[in-house]
Amino acid sequence: MPEIKVTPLGAGQDVGRSCILVSIAGKNVMLDCGMHMGYNDDRRFPDFSYITQNGRLTDFLDCVIISHFHLDHCGALPYFSEMVGYDGPIYMTHPTKAICPILLEDYRKITVDKKGETNFFTSQMIKDCMKKVVAVHLHQTVQVDEELEIKAYYAGHVLGAAMFQIKVGCESVVYTGDYNMTPDRHLGAAWVDKCRPDLLITESTYATTIRDSKRCRERDFLKKVHETVERGGKVLIPVFALGRAQELCILLETFWERMNLKAPIYFSTGLTEKANHYYKLFITWTNQKIRKTFVQRNMFEFKHIKAFDRAFADNPGPMVVFATPGMLHAGQSLQIFRKWAGNEKNMVIMPGYCVQGTVGHKILSGQRKLEMEGRQILEVKMQVEYMSFSAHADAKGIMQLIRQAEPRNVLLVHGEAKKMEFLKQKIEQEFHVSCYMPANGETTTIFTNPSIPVDIALGLLKRETAIGLLPDAKKPKLMHGTLIMKDTSFRLVSPEQALKELGLAEHQLRFTCRVHIQDPRKEHETVLRVYNHLKGHILKDYSVQHLPDGSITVESILIQATAHSEDQGTKVLLVSWTYQDEELGSYLTSLLKKGLPQST
Amino acid sequence: QQQHEDLSAKKLRLTKPSKSAALHVDLCKATSPADALQYLLQFARKPVEVESVEGVVRILLEHYYKENDASVRLKIASLLGLLSKTAGFSPDCIVDDAINTLQNEKSHQVLAQLLDTLLVIGTKLTENPAVRMRLVEVACKHLTDSSHGVRNKCLQLIGCLGPVEKGVAKEAESQAAKDVQKIIGDHFNDQDPRVRTAAIKAMLQLHERGLKLQQAIYSQACKLLADDYEQVRSAGTGCVQSDSKCCIVPIPSSNEEIRLVDDAFGKICHMVSDGSWVVRVQAAKLLGSMQQVSSHFLEQTLDKKLMSDLRRKRTAHERAKELYSSGEFSSGRKWGDDAPKEEIDTGAVNLIESGACGAFVHGLEDEMYEVRIAAVEALCMLAQSSPAFAEKCLDFLVDMFNDEIEEVRLQSIHTMRKISNNITLREDQLDTVLTVLEDSSRDIREALHELLCCTNVSTKEGIHLALVELLKNLTKYPTDRESIWKCLKFLGSRHPTLVLPLVPELLSTHPFFDTPEPDMDDPAYIAVLVLIFNAAKSCPTMPALFSDHTFRHYAYLRDSLSHLVPPLRLPGRKLVSSPVSPSVTPHEDPSQQFLHQSLERVYNLQHLDPQGIQELLEFTIRDLQRLGELQSELAGMADFTATYLQCQLLLIKALQEKLWNVAAPLYLKQNALASAAAKQILEETYKMEFMYSGVESKQVVIIHHMRLQAKALQLIVTARTTRGVEPLFGMCEKFLQEVDSFQRCFISELPHMQGSFVDKLLDLMPRLVTSKPSEVVKILQTTLRQSTFLHLPLPEQLHKATANIIEPTGESDNPLRFTSGLVVALDIDATLEHVQDPQGTVKVQVLYPDGQAQIIHPKPADFRNPGPGRHRLITQVYLSHTAWTEPCQIEVRLLLAYNSNRSKASAKIPKPTWSESLEALPPSENGIEGTIPFSKPVKVYIMPKPARR
Repeated sequence: MPEIKVTPLGAGQDVGRSCILVSIAGKNVMLDCGMHMGYNDDRRFPDFSYITQNGRLTDFLDCVIISHFHLDHCGALPYFSEMVGYDGPIYMTHPTKAICPILLEDYRKITVDKKGETNFFTSQMIKDCMKKVVAVHLHQTVQVDEELEIKAYYAGHVLGAAMFQIKVGCESVVYTGDYNMTPDRHLGAAWVDKCRPDLLITESTYATTIRDSKRCRERDFLKKVHETVERGGKVLIPVFALGRAQELCILLETFWERMNLKAPIYFSTGLTEKANHYYKLFITWTNQKIRKTFVQRNMFEFKHIKAFDRAFADNPGPMVVFATPGMLHAGQSLQIFRKWAGNEKNMVIMPGYCVQGTVGHKILSGQRKLEMEGRQILEVKMQVEYMSFSAHADAKGIMQLIRQAEPRNVLLVHGEAKKMEFLKQKIEQEFHVSCYMPANGETTTIFTNPSIPVDIALGLLKRETAIGLLPDAKKPKLMHGTLIMKDTSFRLVSPEQALKELGLAEHQLRFTCRVHIQDPRKEHETVLRVYNHLKGHILKDYSVQHLPDGSITVESILIQATAHSEDQGTKVLLVSWTYQDEELGSYLTSLLKKGLPQST
Repeated sequence: QQQHEDLSAKKLRLTKPSKSAALHVDLCKATSPADALQYLLQFARKPVEVESVEGVVRILLEHYYKENDASVRLKIASLLGLLSKTAGFSPDCIVDDAINTLQNEKSHQVLAQLLDTLLVIGTKLTENPAVRMRLVEVACKHLTDSSHGVRNKCLQLIGCLGPVEKGVAKEAESQAAKDVQKIIGDHFNDQDPRVRTAAIKAMLQLHERGLKLQQAIYSQACKLLADDYEQVRSAGTGCVQSDSKCCIVPIPSSNEEIRLVDDAFGKICHMVSDGSWVVRVQAAKLLGSMQQVSSHFLEQTLDKKLMSDLRRKRTAHERAKELYSSGEFSSGRKWGDDAPKEEIDTGAVNLIESGACGAFVHGLEDEMYEVRIAAVEALCMLAQSSPAFAEKCLDFLVDMFNDEIEEVRLQSIHTMRKISNNITLREDQLDTVLTVLEDSSRDIREALHELLCCTNVSTKEGIHLALVELLKNLTKYPTDRESIWKCLKFLGSRHPTLVLPLVPELLSTHPFFDTPEPDMDDPAYIAVLVLIFNAAKSCPTMPALFSDHTFRHYAYLRDSLSHLVPPLRLPGRKLVSSPVSPSVTPHEDPSQQFLHQSLERVYNLQHLDPQGIQELLEFTIRDLQRLGELQSELAGMADFTATYLQCQLLLIKALQEKLWNVAAPLYLKQNALASAAAKQILEETYKMEFMYSGVESKQVVIIHHMRLQAKALQLIVTARTTRGVEPLFGMCEKFLQEVDSFQRCFISELPHMQGSFVDKLLDLMPRLVTSKPSEVVKILQTTLRQSTFLHLPLPEQLHKATANIIEPTGESDNPLRFTSGLVVALDIDATLEHVQDPQGTVKVQVLYPDGQAQIIHPKPADFRNPGPGRHRLITQVYLSHTAWTEPCQIEVRLLLAYNSNRSKASAKIPKPTWSESLEALPPSENGIEGTIPFSKPVKVYIMPKPARR
């Protein structure tokens, strides 16, 4: 039985370090290659030794697909391709290809330069890795080899995020990566056509959440920022450099313009400026509004938002600062947070999900005293707000996507086990499809029932469709023919042609059956009775004939009657039919076995 | 239009032998299919007269059978359809031939085209059930065709022509009386999505024609909602909706019937989250039309159960409401008040609701603004029919004010205005609404002002907030002045009791101290006063709180801004209007009485001496003009009559000139006055005819009569001042023709015109026709002098078309500089009132200092229609000129173009369609075209600089 095997190396009942192995019809594909934020040791990268202990990975993988540029989806890529060793193709969309190296370089800098780690990938490795990347367009079908093809769909989430359909023959898998079903200020909503894949691998970060409408969220956000600024407080918004940051920037920018506010907005520099540049470039990947208005003004050319300098953090007066990273676990955002945490006028707004173990997670869960490095205790007096601006689909969104794609199986990744459990139950209950949620390293096997295309001879097709009712597209139709399997091709031809091609002589196969009937009359009278019985009403639609030699034919079935050698009162009916008429023949036999009607 | 074409076609026939014959010759000459096609194409460009249609059809059919090439046959088939559309032609005679052509046709495309032709024929013969039955039968036969195009057309034909009443069909023909519904229903699961779509559309067509759909169809249609193709889903949604309306469940006593609507509603709600935006738009639109749905389902559409980590969460709206009801306005949110509350039973959460849950929540935050707009419109329609729902959807509408697309914001503001009768705004909602006042788009701000005009506010803080925000708006955008004042007028008159406690604060009065008198010219102060005075109208205790200067300011404003400040009963002050009766109905309105009285007076002037007549007229005109200024609702009426009297006055003055007594050629100077008077009367009559909306034929007669008099005057003046008789011949002739056409046009009105100029003239007509010009002139002169003054009956409503250019303001001292030879765009923003069909009539005129005038036709899209009778023109005009040495002013004004053909008396002529308008129509002979300037000119300083080399 054909099967699809899925093994998550990361993101199985977990968030972070997305890396999923899929083998489908003999092809092995790796989906995403991410790192884990929560770890600084070996666990931060997926365990590639699972694939092979020794030897090149290239021999075991047909391709690697990266869904978007977040580090938990592409962070391990240079390590994987350059240090472990993989030379095959890596697929990602154009924006991802453009932005990914910036983030990787930033990540490398923090790890190597700040934390002084050795044995980490180098800048050169990132460059070499990016050379192996093949960029794809939305809805472009890319032929990886003769059989394996992939296709990207729009996923929202961040610029260039895509969902991928992997297809071999007629078996297919759709991997969503991270996606967002509600549009936001800069991106549209994820969309997939009704492709009915065998398996849908979907993220489930917000498996147990149904969010309020984004308008309320936006209004709340603006209100909070506005009030704090009017009070003279400072607002810190920790963001990941790309994605939410741009959305919030656009939101604040337009608000500032409308309300004519003067307080400065800063954006931590460095990679952001480069990234904004790409946002300006990839306008086609943004939402309807930005796409339509960029002729007048590119929305990513901000008027009110300026670059941040470290010294500004100590400036008096209100300000709004976007700083990286988003979970307050390191870098500039943490620095600013430590400076501002003591003042109750200030506010920190966490616009996204925080992984357990990060400062962001701690303050969100209500901890007011934090233990920092060097045993120092930091008291948090500033207001802590959580605005779910995270661009993941919520439970309803996930269900909506499943409804759109109509998969035969669903597999959940990128979420917490407890929450997945709930969603799994819901999916099974409402769509009646089986749902899986493997842990890391655990293999799920899904049996598929692929349909196999067969070439049919035109003559045969015409002949067979002419029999019976009109063709109805929605109903399967029974056909008779001979299947010839040669090498990898399948052909359905008429039996005569098959015989001719194979050089075989035709053998006739007949079934013969004797039916005993109690009838004292003469043989030919019995025959006549049988004839009348059959002719009467039972076989009205068939041609029933009484031949002069005393036998009856129903279509091609022959019925003869002889007297029983021992008992003259018993007549033996001989029914004989070829195997093609099996259906009719057995029907006739059973009919005759019931006996003839008494009255003639 | 049709007549014109026929006329030209007839002319054509005179030169050519016959259409059909020519075509026949052409087709016979054709050697190749390509040639024949060319001939046919050429032939199709010309119209065919009704009489020769049948002949042409025969010839075409003949060639049809001979032709081997499918493309030519296709063209012939399409020509057949076109020909049978010819007005006045009854295609009875060609039905059989057309059906026969189907018999041997092999090409699917041609078949489809032929069926289309049959459809045309069938639609022309709707009264003939036998033919229709035959055609339906033919269509049914071809339903088994393998091409989707043919099946599509068949279904379309069945949909359009299929019998609607079942009984009749059964009687008519037994074998053909198949159930059309079933036939179409069977094609709901055709293998081709296009055919499926066509089947649904055919079903809808049948339904529109009044067929009651069976319930089986409903379940079939529901299945189509899960189709793979978006057109099918989109059409299916429509089908489900209309099915649910007319499917009658056999049990009348139970509520089954209602449940079907609810079920359909739920299904369509489901489609709001479809994958294709086309379907989503369709679904959202349809939701609005399902007003019979039960309230329980309706309210679900706004409901989306929130949860976080499996615990129930309240929505922001619920939280806001709670905050408000607990009396806590400060919106500083406390940490964790949105913290999830109770645990949710995992089994009870239904993620994909089968019902209507959250349909609008999804629709309103859709990715495509088309869907959002459709959702807002649907909300509007549903809210209008259900007050409870209106209250509920308020939060969502308010949220839409922050949409990123202006159109959506505008639409939601309009929606809110439409449902504002049903709702009262909470303070926090008002707050959100008012922030939009700072929007930089003028449309949005004005829409919001309109909204505020008819909003109910619940508290005095709300009123204060609104006033503060409006004043802020005023300082930011001074051009909004009028709109804001108007808004405050309504706000005041709607909430007198809420304004009362605010008065001392607003007027900054103090119980003991005199406060400085505010500046009367400050628009903000005027705004406050407008609010207070309008509130005071229905709150008699309020004037006691006013200080002295407030009363003075009242008098001033009542005079200068009478449309904004109502009459008040102030202590110690007698008002002209108040003593009569406190509640005046419009008919007993004293000012209206005054108008009528003064007119009565004027109509008796026949008995006065010439000097008295003139004086009386002058006084009355002055009175009327003043009345018009004071009473805005009577302005149209007063101006109209004043203009009429003015014409009369001019006529009388002209007739009393000395020149009539003296030998003509000596008094060239005096006659300048008379001819100028004639000219002015003509102009004024055009103004009367075309600048007022609501003018009825009764008035038009009088106006035309006045014009006729002016023309007579012109004729007399010319006769007296020119030597020689020759030019007079032509003029007399023309004049008599005009009298004649006047008689023809207004024959029904003539009995009312006893003793008038025309009446007398018509009596003398036989004499006039035969007499010499000099005699004619003499007769005219005496008739003109003797004729009585006609009463001008006033219509119910009369409004003068006015225009006001808001931008450019004409105050700028900075010249607009541009390089000569290039163009500069000048933004024009104007309001138009009571202009009918502004797209066709309003023009912009630019006058350059050198006398050069330029008339610009604004694009139809530049006109917006913010309210009944009002229009806004926002456009750009391009200016260009050769270089000047110094900046100079140009004048910009608006013109109202008129064309006597378009006058209200004559029948409405349909506008030429696109293709027809390409052929220039000959201007009709008696159409007089011209323009009336109807706005004050605005001066713009411009400076074309010489190009730099």
